[in-house]
Amino acid sequence: MIHGILGIWNYWIVIILMMTGLFIVISRHNLVKKMVGLTIFQTSVFLFYISLGKVQGGTAPILTGIKETLYSNPLPHVLILTAIVVGVATTALGLALILRIKNEFGTIEENEIAAINTKENSQ
Amino acid sequence: MIENLAIENNLPALQVVVPLLLAPIAALLTVPFLSWLVAMAGALFCLYSSITLFLKVSSGGTINYYMGGWLPPYGIEYVIDGASSFMIVIISFMGLIATIYAYTSLKFEISKNSQSKVYGMWLLALGGLLGLVTTGDAFNLFVFLEISSLSSVTLVALGANKDKRALTAAFNYLLIGAVGATFYVIGVGLLYSVTGTLNIADLTIKLSELSDNNAVKAGVSFIIIGLMVKAAIYPLHIWLPAAYTFAPTAVSVLLTATATKAALYVLARILFTLLSNADEFTHIILQWVFLPASIIAIFFGTIRAIYENDIKKLLAFSSLSQIGYITIGLSLGTASGIMASFIHIANHSMMKAALFMGIGSISILSNQRVKLNSLQGLGQSMPITSICLTIVILSLLGLPLTIGFISKIFLLKAVFNHGNWPVLFIIVLTSFLAMGYAWKLIEQIWMKEPNENSIKFIEKPSLYIPMIVLAFLNIVLGIYTFPVVNGALKSSEAIFWKVLS
Repeated sequence: MIHGILGIWNYWIVIILMMTGLFIVISRHNLVKKMVGLTIFQTSVFLFYISLGKVQGGTAPILTGIKETLYSNPLPHVLILTAIVVGVATTALGLALILRIKNEFGTIEENEIAAINTKENSQ
Repeated sequence: MIENLAIENNLPALQVVVPLLLAPIAALLTVPFLSWLVAMAGALFCLYSSITLFLKVSSGGTINYYMGGWLPPYGIEYVIDGASSFMIVIISFMGLIATIYAYTSLKFEISKNSQSKVYGMWLLALGGLLGLVTTGDAFNLFVFLEISSLSSVTLVALGANKDKRALTAAFNYLLIGAVGATFYVIGVGLLYSVTGTLNIADLTIKLSELSDNNAVKAGVSFIIIGLMVKAAIYPLHIWLPAAYTFAPTAVSVLLTATATKAALYVLARILFTLLSNADEFTHIILQWVFLPASIIAIFFGTIRAIYENDIKKLLAFSSLSQIGYITIGLSLGTASGIMASFIHIANHSMMKAALFMGIGSISILSNQRVKLNSLQGLGQSMPITSICLTIVILSLLGLPLTIGFISKIFLLKAVFNHGNWPVLFIIVLTSFLAMGYAWKLIEQIWMKEPNENSIKFIEKPSLYIPMIVLAFLNIVLGIYTFPVVNGALKSSEAIFWKVLS
């Protein structure tokens, strides 16, 4: 039982990171912290894919000429390379937007921005 | 080898690659007009290729295009079948109309130095959406989902030139969209871990043997939730009203006509093609997630629209309720329900795009946000825009001889055949409720005297011509229904292949 739980510890880490990230995105008012949460959330998914592709005792998938070599699955790793690029683009765009928000509203706290918006709406 | 390089044989790839390649050219040109010409060239090419592909598919059946000649399940495959060819025609046609409208409207709404760059983002969004509906690879689909949504976020944020609230709207869109897309990736990862394939056709075959597997159920649930965010289905719609309200008008037109529609198409694909053998599980999702969500969406959207004073926001809430009608069609789980959904996907994109164009023209000419009372006496100050708006509003209500009527008839027929009486009653009831906000607009336009301070505006042909085209189509396609109904029939056959096989 314990072996079964600890044997898949990498997936537990994935779940913990995923929940941490999502919780930060939902609960924090600071927009930069939200972006941090989003990055943690995305990173947990990267770890999930990398865990999927790893074969215990397997080596990098390069032909060595020796028969019966055990290889790890390279495909999930390649996919995650793409997902990392997408993640970087998302983070860059998010931070750029936060910069503009800071310039226009003078704050990056979500509740203060909402207060400014409702004030201007009522005028 | 030479025949393989002919343009006609490579159209499935070119219709995605050409806009993506033209995007940096449009962004680097410094003269907005030249960038707009590049965007127009891209949009025209997409329309040409999508119509060619549509005709090819309707005469010769599904086209499978293998990227770089690598055969599936290892290579990436593009599938042009009845459904995706119908969707690319809608997306590229609406993209072209929105691009024509964009030049004048963006000139007024966006600062001069970002005008050329807009068209780069515009082409990226268009190429991303076309890729989204044609790709047959689950992970490639994620990449296109992100290409289109990141570029749409940038486009929404450009509304900040007029109203700084566009920035927070764009940020929320980015954040919620990124979480949704990541959910999709988790789902694909789970399915990959069970089946070892990413090709959707191959996944379908492998999943049919594993319908009771819990990892598959979890994976599919993640995928569906992720796509529901992108399609703005009721509880996950939070980003939509603000994004549509504060985006530049041309961007609202593009997003309402194409972005959510593409996501709805992918959702239909996953539900009915990928899960075609997991009857019980699909039934649970449709019955307990989609049906309640669509009914709440219809009521919520309609009622919020009735009490809304800002017209662009009113249209955004109305979009929300119309998406509800589309998902009701899907939730029936029958071929006729899917057909009704596709008819409404096509028709709603034409109606809502024309409405956003009309409201946008008013806000550009009067240089302020359009509130309910700024529509007073519009029939006298802007006759052409008013007539177009009236036609489209009547079409939205579902009056006979308009495309809205065709949507309603097919949806009611599908629900009737399914025998779900409460839903039938709800659709009829909410159609009357929709009169609440639609009549409000017509009353302001035609029955009020103009404000004393309103001047007679000179309407611009570049703003009203695309709108006239759409208003005209609203009537023509309502009388000559064959193109849309036939396209939707082909789509439902392609998506619901269980019925045929």
